Amino acid sequence: MTSRWLQAGTLACAFAVSGAAFAADPIKIGVLEDQSGDFAAATIGKVHAIELAAEEINEAGGIAGRPIELVVYDTQSDNNRYQEFMRRVLQRDKVDVVFAGFSSASREAYRPIVNQFDGLAFYNNQYEGGVCDANMIVTGAVPEQQFSTLIPWMMEKYGNKVYTIAADYNFGQISAEWVRNIVKENGGEMVGEEFIPLGVSQFSQTIQNIQNAKPAFVVTLLVGAAQASYYEQAASANLGLPMASSVNVGQGYEHKRFTPPSLGDMYVTTNYIEEVDTPASKAFLEKFHAKYPNEPYVNQEAANSYIAMNLYKQMVERANSTKRDDLRKVIAEGDVCFDGPSGNVCLDPKSQHMSHTIYLAHVNKDHSIDFPKVWDNIKPYWLGDEGCDLTQSDPDAQYTPSNPPTKQ
Amino acid sequence: MDFVTTLVSSAYQFGDAFAFLVLSACGLAVIFGMMGVINLAHGEFIMCGAYMTVFAVNWGLPLPLAIIVGSLFAGLVGMVIERLVVRRLYSRPLDSILATWGVSLIASQGTLILFGPTMRGVGTPLGSFMVGSLSFSYYRLVLMATAIAVLLLLYLVFNKTRFGVLARATIQAPHMASALGVDTNRIYTLTFGIGAALAGLTGGIYAPTMTMIPTMGTTFIMEAFVTVVVGGADVFIGTAPAAVLLAVVKASLTSWQGQLAGQIGLLLAVIITIRLLPKGVTGFILKGRV
Repeated sequence: MTSRWLQAGTLACAFAVSGAAFAADPIKIGVLEDQSGDFAAATIGKVHAIELAAEEINEAGGIAGRPIELVVYDTQSDNNRYQEFMRRVLQRDKVDVVFAGFSSASREAYRPIVNQFDGLAFYNNQYEGGVCDANMIVTGAVPEQQFSTLIPWMMEKYGNKVYTIAADYNFGQISAEWVRNIVKENGGEMVGEEFIPLGVSQFSQTIQNIQNAKPAFVVTLLVGAAQASYYEQAASANLGLPMASSVNVGQGYEHKRFTPPSLGDMYVTTNYIEEVDTPASKAFLEKFHAKYPNEPYVNQEAANSYIAMNLYKQMVERANSTKRDDLRKVIAEGDVCFDGPSGNVCLDPKSQHMSHTIYLAHVNKDHSIDFPKVWDNIKPYWLGDEGCDLTQSDPDAQYTPSNPPTKQ
Repeated sequence: MDFVTTLVSSAYQFGDAFAFLVLSACGLAVIFGMMGVINLAHGEFIMCGAYMTVFAVNWGLPLPLAIIVGSLFAGLVGMVIERLVVRRLYSRPLDSILATWGVSLIASQGTLILFGPTMRGVGTPLGSFMVGSLSFSYYRLVLMATAIAVLLLLYLVFNKTRFGVLARATIQAPHMASALGVDTNRIYTLTFGIGAALAGLTGGIYAPTMTMIPTMGTTFIMEAFVTVVVGGADVFIGTAPAAVLLAVVKASLTSWQGQLAGQIGLLLAVIITIRLLPKGVTGFILKGRV
């Protein structure tokens, strides 16, 4: 036993001393996603998408000839686990890149650790925007992609009185601020705004507050399975108002989980859902189901995770290195693009966020989906316009509309 | 909004909060109040009842029958767990907290592995009614009625039946009861089973209004524990008044300033109550008698 450990130790030393990686050394990718807990329904598919992409890439010869090795931990919808496992993958497992995070609270929990160890993390989730950090690459959609399209469209169709209910943490608060600003810019009126603590599942009073305020539509920025109980309860109280959201359907596939018509007349801007009817989307869905026949739904985050894997492959092969600075030089060239399940996407060098085709998904009374509108190639312009330029400086910060970068 | 609408709306919101608190807490209160066991698997009994109810509906049972099936199933699971785990720890209350917590982790992870991260629910029946400009859900009235029925039924079972007398005797003086020929082990098992069945009933009856996920029980836990803590050891003179108090605070603050204020107010009310009444409402009411 002892001698075997010694052998292994010697071998490890030999690897360490040899310095430069052998051609067949695996590229290690850390995967920190919630496979249990409140967010699991929306995030198990991300892990599966990463496994699917890794399998495809490995079958085609790996990344620059090196196979991918996934180091997967279940973060249990718990921010402490994110911090613990982020330290573990960066310090002990010494991964080359990490794919991590669903909730914005979890991202902000692990981001300082990525900065501390100077790692590289992909955040493959739609979120409230504003992260200007050279250690992060964000493939999810941001408010200028989801709200600047959705809210004016809704106001034109239904009227300009808006009521927002949002999850009470950084995602909900900052997203609600975006909605508030866009409603005001378009001459509308916020007739109410309510923030719901995570984990709350009872909404009768909220439903009545909405009825009293008489909005034209409700913006629902609810997160987690507990808060999703809202739709069933609003339907049973016959609230009957159209809803607009950046998080529902595309993440938690509520239209598949709830009994029709509780999600009827919900409008969501998303860069992918499995109903998207393009050849690329259908092909992706088919591959996904071939590997995971029991996958309940292939959501936006699964597609983004799959895209991120392929972007990473491209960057490493073009840089011929896994070092963060070499990869960022490739991003700075401004043409890191990929034709994926959601259409063509490109990384923006200034913010390291991704451009998207944005689909407006409309849930019908029978919970089928149609797409009344598609916006092509919406860029993540806000951070760059406000003065975040990661090719020049790295502030490691998250900005909001009321707290923009200080312009130089 | 006219006066009648405001009145109906306030009463409805109070009733809704009251029902949620009572139904969340009753199973926990029976097990804690009668047996002194702090059951951290309470949320998982609720989840168990909810899942069983949805399965039963999918097998073709009508919803009310399915809820009863869910409740009985949770009770059965409760009795098995009492036999296997809790029984061995009656003299070690701290260890029983740890053990029931372990049971809760196993149950929610096991459900996740067996049935996946989410399951399609059954949809809320009965529709809605209008008062003035506001519409309300009929099913919420069923929840309120159920809460009151559960309180009445518990009172009758523990005060008017032979089982209730034996149960109270066993809890007060186990050795004396057993010397007089009471099968105390059976009483413990049944009492734990009743607590679990009540939790299952709560799960079953809330299942149509909620998202079906393995951790759904945790959304009841905070309300359950604060109601029991404020109520104190007795289910009837403790839980019911505690639920009234907390429901008034929660409903009025939520209607005034939203959910966040409601949650904060609820917890503040709990802190103030246990500062003033360390033994809960029960202790306050019984003070005159002791």
